Amino acid sequence: MSRSPIAILVPLAFLAGLYFAVFSSVAQFLPALLNGLTVTVSVAVPSILLAYAISLLAGLGRLSSIAPLRWVSVVYIEVFRGVSLLVVLFWLYFVLPEFGLTLSAYTAALLGVSLNAGAYGAEIVRGAVRAEPKGQYEACVTLNMPPLRKYARIILPQALVIAIPAMTNMTIELLKGTALVSAVTLVDLTAAGVRQNQLTYRTVEIFSVLALIYFCLAQIVRFSGARLEHVFNRHLGER
Amino acid sequence: MANEKIRFEGVTKRFGALTVLDKLDLSINDGEVVTIIGPSGSGKTTVLRCLMTLESIEDGLIRIDGEPLNKMESEGRLVPASNAHLRRMRLKLGMVFQSFNLFPHLTVLQNCVEPPIFALGVTRDEARSRAQELLDMVGMGDKQAHYPAQLSGGQQQRVAIARTLAMQPEILVFDEPTSALDPETIEEVTSVIRSLAVKHSYTMLMVTHQIAFAHDISDRICFFDKGRIVEQGPPAAVIDAPTEARTQQFLRKVAQAR
Ligand SMILES: Nc1ncnc2c1ncn2[C@@H]1O[C@H](COP(=O)(O)OP(=O)(O)OP(=O)(O)O)[C@@H](O)[C@H]1O
Ligand SMILES: [Mg+2]
Repeated sequence: MSRSPIAILVPLAFLAGLYFAVFSSVAQFLPALLNGLTVTVSVAVPSILLAYAISLLAGLGRLSSIAPLRWVSVVYIEVFRGVSLLVVLFWLYFVLPEFGLTLSAYTAALLGVSLNAGAYGAEIVRGAVRAEPKGQYEACVTLNMPPLRKYARIILPQALVIAIPAMTNMTIELLKGTALVSAVTLVDLTAAGVRQNQLTYRTVEIFSVLALIYFCLAQIVRFSGARLEHVFNRHLGER
Repeated sequence: MANEKIRFEGVTKRFGALTVLDKLDLSINDGEVVTIIGPSGSGKTTVLRCLMTLESIEDGLIRIDGEPLNKMESEGRLVPASNAHLRRMRLKLGMVFQSFNLFPHLTVLQNCVEPPIFALGVTRDEARSRAQELLDMVGMGDKQAHYPAQLSGGQQQRVAIARTLAMQPEILVFDEPTSALDPETIEEVTSVIRSLAVKHSYTMLMVTHQIAFAHDISDRICFFDKGRIVEQGPPAAVIDAPTEARTQQFLRKVAQAR
């Protein structure tokens, strides 16, 4: 059955009209939101990279045969899992200066967000490394692979692929968690939205756009994760 | 008399309260092909794993070329082996696993090239040309760029054999190398192992349930039960004319299962 293009165009035009009627005020607050988005992204991107590095170090540290490394990792993981990000941010920004260490709002935000996410990431890395089949370790032993090579070349490349879905989750959580950095005076996407709401009272429009932007950011992360997983899994097949 | 290559002296292995190897004595000569047969749970795999240093042993000594493996000599006394000692001793040993244990994220060629580079310190070119030779030998020369998941079980096991040989061991250890394979692909693996046993001078210690194959290639068969050697000797004796009741019973069962 063929449909005339008009049958499709008419409802589309109607929806577009409705959209502009409701969102005609977007131009009023959008620039401010985009400024907030820049702050969110400039906190999130380096935090993600730092969180990954911390995850790897603390995750492996927790599995280490060297006891002090294990203790440090456990303490770090438990402290940052147990204390909410908001409280961590307060500590970094308001409490540390009392002890003579003053951080800029941006540094405090970046550290707080990545240390918080890294604690969860460390457990993901640990789980993924432990999920590695025993046979892989035994092959490394019988082939006399030196410990560093064993991890760098055999265990980690496989474990990190296993970790991708959970790491994607963690990354999205981190992204959404950046909404708390307004607690240390940064005007991120959420803070910009709250401000614009107070100025323009366009509550529905502002928070719809806000939700849409966070959703799109999360989709970018999700898509990248799925892409990575696909690329790496191509050869691994069923195990 | 031929040189003694491997010697188990009173080796005892326990898992908790379970004694899996009970004061095992076993001596294998240079170039000898020895196959262990026996019922499930009798400790066959454990013998191989102790030799490969994958398990620690509670009591006793394993020697390779007369040198202690699980212990080392220090100021005239035997002390537990250091990692460096184990590493050095393991250079003589190579193991082929029932489940292949190839590295799934590496190609066939990488699987065979990387361990010698990292563990033996040979150059990449040297490792590659040797790996290619070995892959040709096991009939996998045309699959170098494949990943393990793209191969059949028999093909994966042949790659695993090539990977083990790439480490230039003197002793080859096989734990049920064909047990995870489809019946059609067993032959392609046994024929590779057969050629290793016949044409090369490797000392071989194998566990298999393929009695006919064991008969074919072994210089000696050890029948194992409850962590002890019940009966051993040439295949013509142990398989064709066993004297122990346990051996006879086991071989009858295996024959029936066919
Ligand atoms: N890691 C372990 N922990 C506890 N018990 C173990 C362990 N590995 C093996 N065993 C036990 O030791 C005994 C001997 O095991 P082993 O794998 O050597 O037997 P096997 O002769 O190779 O048997 P199969 O023919 O089934 O492979 C079995 O009872 C087994 O349950
Ligand atoms: Mg076994």
